[in-house]
Amino acid sequence: MTMPVYASPEQFMRDRSDYARKGIGRGRSVVVTTYSGGVLFVAENHSPTLHKVSEIYDRIGLAAVGRYNEFENLRTAGIRLADVRGYSYDRRDVTARWLANAYAQTLGSIFSEHQKPYEVELCVAEVARSVGEPVPAPGETRLGAPGQRDQLYRISYDGSIVEETRYIVMGGVTEPVSSAMEIKFVTGWDLASALTAAVSSLGAGGEGAPRTLESSQLEVAVLERTVPDRTFRRLERSTLDELLAPVAGDAAAADTAQQAPETPAGGGAGGADLPPESDR
Amino acid sequence: MSGRDAGSNWPVAAVPSAYLTPGPGSFTEFLARAEPHLLPGNRMQTIADQTPHGTTIVALTCADGVVLAGDRRATMGNLIAQRDIEKVFVADSHSAIGIAGTAGLAIEMVRLFKLELEHYEKIEGVRLSLDGKANRLSSMIRGNLGAAMQGLAVVPRFAGFDIDRLPAGEAGRIFSYDLTGGRYEEHDFYAIGSGSMFARSALKKRFERGFALPAAVRAAVEALYDAADDDSATGGPDLTRKIYPVVIAVTDSGARRLSDAEVGAVSEEVVAGRMVNPGG
Repeated sequence: MTMPVYASPEQFMRDRSDYARKGIGRGRSVVVTTYSGGVLFVAENHSPTLHKVSEIYDRIGLAAVGRYNEFENLRTAGIRLADVRGYSYDRRDVTARWLANAYAQTLGSIFSEHQKPYEVELCVAEVARSVGEPVPAPGETRLGAPGQRDQLYRISYDGSIVEETRYIVMGGVTEPVSSAMEIKFVTGWDLASALTAAVSSLGAGGEGAPRTLESSQLEVAVLERTVPDRTFRRLERSTLDELLAPVAGDAAAADTAQQAPETPAGGGAGGADLPPESDR
Repeated sequence: MSGRDAGSNWPVAAVPSAYLTPGPGSFTEFLARAEPHLLPGNRMQTIADQTPHGTTIVALTCADGVVLAGDRRATMGNLIAQRDIEKVFVADSHSAIGIAGTAGLAIEMVRLFKLELEHYEKIEGVRLSLDGKANRLSSMIRGNLGAAMQGLAVVPRFAGFDIDRLPAGEAGRIFSYDLTGGRYEEHDFYAIGSGSMFARSALKKRFERGFALPAAVRAAVEALYDAADDDSATGGPDLTRKIYPVVIAVTDSGARRLSDAEVGAVSEEVVAGRMVNPGG
């Protein structure tokens, strides 16, 4: 008869973490960032039909990396949860914070109780109706009242949850991608420069980096701030090619990057870091 | 072992296990399984006379698609319960729904139907076909049969632009229903509700195949005027209060509710015409 090998609880948890982390690290990366007009999701995804980025509700989107069947299951559950809540209360009562909590609880439970942890990482994003109102007090870096800011929540395989204010990089080898984003990120940038930066950052990771990613290798979607109801929109290849057209995009990105330190909320400690609507 | 099924050690705030169970993309079926108390029709009522009723809805096809219009009056016995109720709604990007019958149940049914379409689209990543939408509505009406037998009937009218059908002149389609959920496709034009007999007669005289959109809108408003003229439960255009019929045009570019200004202009023309010739 074989005896079970003793493993300390620390060792046990570490093994599970390593297992989940390895699974997530094998995939391709996803970048989620805020821009002046809303929230931008950019995923390196060679399949046009198996999505990594998805609509959850009016102003909420989901990006996921890791094992497809596992995050697909969570995505479906999220849509159901949001639709039931919106149906029994009101559409405005569905918030990203609430959904992110539900995901965190779920992943946390699965991590500690199931045989195998989920090998997924999720980003739940909500686009604010308007940012910049009310005007922040002097010394206040956060723009907009709570609930009126773009919110990005990152939920890990073990149920830990972090709110980010500028961008999130998940999946694959994140290190080079996030350092590239760190350099390029500019408060309140426009869609073209945010997209160009995200795509080139994604190209900084993966095998054979630096790579130039084609629009056919990308899955891109936005939550558009000004749309009154369902804000989620996928960007088609033709739109991507237009936005990624090299000359205009790079020049604009370089331009705004130089001005970044002068903007008051440019430090990145703040909230959505977006200028008032009127500035656009 | 599985905490998801036992329920006891599954955290309260986590996604309930029913939400994580794979299933089809139908919201109604999911509700029936997971949250049956939220479904309309699962309640006892014997209050038919004291509930507001909606009245006349007309639909007609035109060269660009289909037009759906409804008056604004709700009656409760011999009283006008509301002057500006809305009975015609945009269901999704390419379809619209109008309701006649017990207002409370009907509006809830519309809410559920809209969510049914949206839920399917989000889960499956594609929209239902127009026939698929019409069939879903059919089964929802059948679910209300018990209440209908107690006098709380809901009879919707569904119209949409079938994007799989060409040319555009053929793509506008109208579906009518009976209490048992029977689904019938109507051609050219149709009307339901207490004033439908008069509206249908008016449309019979005015309708022309291949109407341009403005002509179809005009014909719809004329038909509603005729219905209001002879049916006490249908309201005509109320120029003094600026309450006009709700008109929705569903075309290739999507379902759009015409603004009050647009319908107001048509209504004024119609009323001006009736000043000269009361019979139209």
